Parts: sequence; C-alpha cells; structure tokens
Amino acid sequence: MRWRVPAFSVTNLALPIVFFIFFGLPVAHLRRADGVSVGAYLLASFGAYAVGNVMVYGFGIGVANERGMKVDRLMRASPLPPLVFMLAKVLTALVFALIALVLLIGFGVVAGGIHQTPAVWATIITRLLAGSLPFIALGFAIGYWSGPNAAPAVANLIYLPLSFASGLFVPVNQLPGFVQTIAPYLPSYHYAQLAWSALGAGREPLGESLLWLGGYSALFLTLAVRAYQREERAKFA
Amino acid sequence: MSSVVELIAARKRFGQVEALKGVDLTIRPGELVAILGPNGAGKTTSISLMLGLRRPTAGQARLFGYDPADRRARSRCGVMLQESGTTGVLTVREIVDLFRAYYPSPLPTATAITLAGLEAKAGARAGTLSGGERQRLYFALAVCGDPEALFLDEPTVGMDVEARRAVLDGLRALSTGGKTIVLTTHYLEEADQLANRIVVIDRGVVIADATPREIKSRIPSKRISFSAGTSVGDSTFRGLPVQSLEVTDHRVRLLSNEPELILKTLFERGVAIRDLEVTGADLEEAFLSLTSRA
Repeated sequence: MRWRVPAFSVTNLALPIVFFIFFGLPVAHLRRADGVSVGAYLLASFGAYAVGNVMVYGFGIGVANERGMKVDRLMRASPLPPLVFMLAKVLTALVFALIALVLLIGFGVVAGGIHQTPAVWATIITRLLAGSLPFIALGFAIGYWSGPNAAPAVANLIYLPLSFASGLFVPVNQLPGFVQTIAPYLPSYHYAQLAWSALGAGREPLGESLLWLGGYSALFLTLAVRAYQREERAKFA
Repeated sequence: MSSVVELIAARKRFGQVEALKGVDLTIRPGELVAILGPNGAGKTTSISLMLGLRRPTAGQARLFGYDPADRRARSRCGVMLQESGTTGVLTVREIVDLFRAYYPSPLPTATAITLAGLEAKAGARAGTLSGGERQRLYFALAVCGDPEALFLDEPTVGMDVEARRAVLDGLRALSTGGKTIVLTTHYLEEADQLANRIVVIDRGVVIADATPREIKSRIPSKRISFSAGTSVGDSTFRGLPVQSLEVTDHRVRLLSNEPELILKTLFERGVAIRDLEVTGADLEEAFLSLTSRA
C-alpha cells in the first residue's frame, strides 16, 4: 500500500540515496583517522536516517491521515483488535525500512565501491531495524497529536533538524560547536551509534546507546499513549 | 442468550447536551428494526452505544449478551457507519478481501461485492469512487463477514434511486435469510417499506416502538395549508383530527392523517378556502406534533 503513494515510497527509498550521492560519494574513498572507511560510516549514518524517516513519516502522517479520514471509527467497530492493527502496521513498516536499507547499502557497494564483510552489513541492518522503536513511538505521537494537514510539517520540523544535529548528514565533529554540545542528548545520535559501532566507529558502549534509546522510547510512547487516550475520550468515550 | 441488542436505561451526555435520556430497547434475533427520527434525535448515538463505539454515561448496553466492545460480540456484527472511512489507495476488491479476514466465516469476496452492486468498480481504488459508490463499498464491508447482525447508520444517504433500491432489496433478502438488521433512517417511507418494527426516537427519547402500520396511523402524514376568506378560530376545527394548527393572519397551516375529511367538513362549515395546498408532511414536523402530543 505504501508503494501506491509515490510521495511516500519515493521519499523514503530515494531520498537517503540522493543524500548519500551528495554527501557521501565524493568522500567515499577516504578513511577516517580511526581507519574506518568514510563511505561505510556515511552509509551507516544515512541508513539510520532512512529507517527513522520511514517510521516518523510513515506513522506520523499515516496515523494523522487515518484519523482525518475516520478510518479509526470503522476499524473500531470491526472485530480486529486495535493492537493487532497497530502491530501489522509496524511489521509492514519494518519490511519497508529493510528494503530502504538494502537499496541504500546496495547503491553504496555498487556505485561507491564501499566494501565491508556481509556480517558487518547484516549487523548494521539488524541493529537499525531492532533499534527503531523510539522512532516508531515518535511517529505515533506525531500522528495522534497533529491533524492530517499539520502532520507532514510537524514531522519535518522535528525529524530533519534532529537528523542533522545528530550527525547523520555531516559527521558530529564537523558540526557547529553548540550543536556538538547537544548532539549526545539526541535520540538519533544514539541510534546511529548502533550502526557506527558495528564498523568500529562508535563513540560509546552499545549498552549506553541502548539505555538512551530505551529512555527515549519510554518518553515518546508516553506522549503517544497520552494523545491516544485524549482521542479515545473525545471520540469513543 | 435471547437478544442481540439490549439498551437498558441508557443515557449519553456530550458536555452540556444529553443526547440520549434513558433508552430501553431490546432487539431479538431475526428482527428488522428501523430507528427513525429527525436529524439530531439520537439515532447515531443509539447505534454507537449498541456497538461500543461510545460508552453510556449511565445505564447499560449489551451486544449478544456481551460488553459491545468484546470481540466475541463484534465478530458477529457487520457495520456501516456514517462518518467513517477507508484508505483510498487500496482497490475495492482488496479492501473487501482484507476486511473479510477479520471474521471467522466470511462470504467470498466476489459475493460481497455483488451484494453491494460494485462489480464494475471491483478493480478501482477506493479513493476514486463517487459518494454513492463509497456508500456501497461500506455496505460490502458490512456484509462481507457474513455476520449474524447488521448495523447500518443511514445506509442510503447519498445513494441514487437505483443504488438505494439495490441496498434495500439486499437488506430484505438478508433479513429473509435470518439476519438481524438494525438501521437508522430519517425517511419514514424507507422504514415503512423495509422494517417489521419501527422505533421512533426524538430528542433522546423513544417516543414510539411499534409496527410500521401502527406508527403511520400515529404520525400525521399530510400538511394542509390555505388562506381562509372568513375568520377562523378553534371552533372552526372542532371535532376534527387536526394537529399543529397554526393561524397567522388568514393563512392556516395544520397536520392531519385525514385531509379529505377535514376539507369536506370545512366546506360544509362554510369556510372560504383559497390557495389550498395538501402536501406530504415533513417528517420533522410530524415528529414535533407527536412529541408535543405525548
């Protein structure tokens, strides 16, 4: 169903690759001071960006649209439990994110000549998919707090600056000073660590990243559940 | 387990407005019930309580003996709601196919689409359907699970005459096949053609619950209006079956089930009648007379 909305599928599949062409390809052959391939590092960064993108936009805009079109009312009267409906959406989003990652990494390998062992790529993909919970929750929170017209703007306003400030487009040490100061407190920063550390370029132990991501998941889930309950009271109480 | 729906002293308040003021209603298996009332009477609120889409502020709602939100109850019901939507990017066939999967023993997809008269649009994306076609899609979704009970909130709104007849015929056939059907409508005619029981709701109260024949005899069906050449007063209409009588200047407006008798009597009493009009009574006006009388 995502395929049939080009605004979604093209944005989510092609945008990370386009960004990689601009930011990644020219420097793909370089090596970082720690010996890690710059190309591989940036593929990991844009991979993190791509998965977050699928989740924040997919759920943010998707849920807001469904509420706007009152799909929720019909689904509510159907025998399908709301949780199953939600989990089915998460599952399709994960499949879509997997496709986005495979296309991005495949492009990097073929066009950028970036090489890592299959095990490293597999680790990056697995960690990015498994660690995407905070962004799923953020997507639901946006989808339940904002209306269908506002949702795309809200998603952009939150997700683009977040990605930039976390060093997903430009490595953290090349960001403006004050941004470098706040980066270590942002969810995308710790999310990308999951992928960077698979290459040996992480800035913190895996456990610490997971702790941060767990905390942000709890925060965003709370916001999403609050908004959901507000909606329940207004529409179905 | 003997009843499909039970509303017991059900009340529903939305802020300052009390939409339902204590409704008692039991619907048994196999009944075809029309809930009839003017806009804002509480029809949609009633059906929402039956389906667990809304919770009663006081009183109870039961569906197949369960809490209406219980899956065991919901999987026995098909619904067609006002103000609900589907995704626009799936085709009619895909949406029906998906919805069938929520029910334990559904109809074949093609059968559901045929029942709704949507064969020609089966491959079209839902977003491209016209208003009437969309209503038919919702009808297909209501029947696709082959449920024991169907709940339809204003099912024929926005349909052309042909689609409306198809849906009403479909409902009649389903009812003959033993399904319980509950629908809301603000057309007396539709309720009369279809239902074997009519529940009239007005301002949150059930004001009548009877067969179509009984209801029709209680609701004044004609509006008479004319200009009287002579002065008229209450005595002019003494002993006549007249409701909602209004006289402004010389213009007389009234509701009645027996316009012939009234006009005959008025002529006999020597009332000069000009600009006579006899029209079918607007249901809303008719209800007002029913409530003011009650």
